[in-house]
Amino acid sequence: MDLIQNFPCFSIILCLFAGILSSGLKDKAAMRVNTILLSIVTLLSAATLLYTLSTGESFVYVMGKFPAPWGNEIRAGVLEALTALFFCVIMLLSLLGGRHKLLEEVEAGKTYLYYVLTDLLLSSLLALVYTNDMFTAYVFVEINTISACGLIMIRQNGRTIEAAVRYMIMSLLGSGLLLLGLCMLYDLTGHLLMSNMKESVARLAATGQYEIPLIVAIVLMSVGICIKSALFPFHAWLPDAYGYSTVSSAAILSSLVSKGYIFLLIKIIYRVIGFNIYHDTRIIDVLFAFGLMGMVFGSLSAIKENDVRRMIAYSSVAQIGYIYMGFGMGTEAGMTASVFHILSHAATKSLLFIAAIGLTDVSGGSRKFIELTGAGYRNKWAGVAFTVGSLSMVGVPLFSGFISKLLFAQAAVQNHTKMLPALIVLGVSTILNAIYFMKTVIRIYTPVGYSAYPSITLAKMRIYAVTLAAFILLNVILGVSSQPVVDMIRQGLTMFS
Amino acid sequence: MGSNLFINYGEAVAMLLFGIGFGNLLLQPNLIKKIIGLNIMDTAVYLFLAEKGYIAGRVAPIVANGVQDVEAYINPIPSGLVLTGIVVSVSVSALMLALTIRLYRRYHTLDLDEISRQLKKEGL
Repeated sequence: MDLIQNFPCFSIILCLFAGILSSGLKDKAAMRVNTILLSIVTLLSAATLLYTLSTGESFVYVMGKFPAPWGNEIRAGVLEALTALFFCVIMLLSLLGGRHKLLEEVEAGKTYLYYVLTDLLLSSLLALVYTNDMFTAYVFVEINTISACGLIMIRQNGRTIEAAVRYMIMSLLGSGLLLLGLCMLYDLTGHLLMSNMKESVARLAATGQYEIPLIVAIVLMSVGICIKSALFPFHAWLPDAYGYSTVSSAAILSSLVSKGYIFLLIKIIYRVIGFNIYHDTRIIDVLFAFGLMGMVFGSLSAIKENDVRRMIAYSSVAQIGYIYMGFGMGTEAGMTASVFHILSHAATKSLLFIAAIGLTDVSGGSRKFIELTGAGYRNKWAGVAFTVGSLSMVGVPLFSGFISKLLFAQAAVQNHTKMLPALIVLGVSTILNAIYFMKTVIRIYTPVGYSAYPSITLAKMRIYAVTLAAFILLNVILGVSSQPVVDMIRQGLTMFS
Repeated sequence: MGSNLFINYGEAVAMLLFGIGFGNLLLQPNLIKKIIGLNIMDTAVYLFLAEKGYIAGRVAPIVANGVQDVEAYINPIPSGLVLTGIVVSVSVSALMLALTIRLYRRYHTLDLDEISRQLKKEGL
C-alpha cells in the first residue's frame, strides 16, 4: 500500500486532534493551529487528488484491518479528493477574510472556541466526503450539525441564538429521517458498507422483492438530506442563520455545510442505491420540481429583501435549487453540471459574503441598501470583488457561474421531457438573479458627493484584500479553464459507479 | 399486509412513535416540548433497530458461562448502532437544552413564536 493511501484517514484524524488540542489553547495559538491544519489538509488532499489521477482508479482504505463486510472503510477517488481539496481552500479563505470581524463580534478570550468548531466541522466534512460506511456518515452528519450550530451562535445576540435554535430543529428533523431511512435500508440489505449495500439493493430490485420498503427507505433518506441542505420548501431557517451570524460562519455554512450533505446524497445515489434504480423510483421528478420552484421563489424573496446579507442568503436558496434541478434531470450530464455548480457556488457565495462585509463596514455597519450607496468607492477591493461575485452568479462569461449555467443548459437539451421547463426556469431565474445582483452593484457604484462614512485604505486591510484577490482568481480560473475540472468530475462520477 | 402488520407489531409501534416525535418536534411552539419530541423520535428509531436485531429465544451477546455457540446470541450490530445513536442524541439534546436556557434568560418565555415577535420589536 502506498503512503498516500493513508492521507484521507490521516486528514480526518488530524482535524479531530487539532480540535481537541485547540480547546486548551489561547485565542492566537488556536488560530495558528487552525491555519496550519488547513494548509496541511489542503496539501494532503492535493496529493490524494494527484495520486488518484495518476493511478486512474479509486482506492479503499480499510480501518483497523477488518475485511469488507464487517469493517469500516474509507474510499477515495478523483471526485472525493477534488471536493476535499476545494472545501479546504474555501474554508481557509473564508476564515482569513472574516478574521477581523470575528475579533470584533466575539468577546475576547472566546475566539479559540470558534477554531475548535471549525476544526471539528472540517473533520466531519472530510469524513462525509470520504467515508464508505452509512452509519459513520450519519454520525458525522450529526457532528457537522452540532458544529455548524456553534458557528451560528458564536456571535451572541438574540437573533443568532434564535436562528441557531431554528437551524437545529430543521436539521434534527432531517437527520431523524436520514437515520430512519438508513436503518430500514440496513434492515433490507443486512449491510452498512456502501458497496455491499449496493449489491444487495441491485439483487432486491432485480427480483422485485421488498419493493415498497426499498422506495420508502430511499424517500426518507432523500427528504432528510433535502431538509438539511435547505431545498426550497424547507429553507425557512436559512436567511436568519446566514444573515446574522459572523461573516466567516455565513460563508462556511452556505458554501460548505449544505454542500457536504448534497455530496452525501450524490454518494447515496451512486454508491448505495445505484443510479438506475434511483432514477426508476421517480423521486428525481420530485427533486426536479422542487429544484425549479426553489430557483424562482428563492430569487423572488431575494428581490424583496432590503438587507444585503439576507439577500445573498436567499440567493443561496435559488442556487441549491439549481443543484437539485441537475439531479432531477436524471442524466450523467445533469449530475456533472450539479457537481460543478457545487464547486462554483461554493467559490462565488463565500466571495459575496466576504465582500459584502467590507461594503457594510464602510457604511457604518448598516446593511440596508440606502446606506450602501457609493460603498464601492469607499472600499474599492470589496466593491470589485462584489461585482465579480455578482457577475458570476448572474452567469456572465469569464466567470464560474457561466460554465455551470452552460452545463445545466446542455444537460437540459439532452433530456427531452424535462427540456422545456428546465430551460424556461433557467432563463427566468437568470433574469431574476440579474435584477437583484445588478441592483446592488449599481447601488454601490452610485456616486455620492459627500459621504458621512470614511473610505478605507489598502494598508488597513491587507489580509482581507489578499483573500478577496484569491477568491476572484479562483472564480476566474473556474470560469476560464473549466474543462480540466469538468473532466475530473466526469472521471470521478464514472469511478463512483 | 394486515397480517404482516400484526406479526411486526414492534416495528409498527416504532413507526407510530417516530411520527408522534416528528410531529412534536416540528409543530409544538414550546421548546421543551420540542426537545421531548426529539427524544421520542430518536428512541423510536432505537426501538426499531432493537426489534430488527432481536432473534426469538436468544440472549444478548455477552459471554457469561464460558464460550457459547454463535446460535445462542442475537445480532449484536443493531445493538451497537443503538449505543452510538444514544450518544449522538444525548449530545444533541444537551445542546438544544443549553440553547433553550440561553433564550429563556433573555426573553423569559419558551414559546419560539413569541421569541420571534419580541425579536422583531427589538428590531435587531
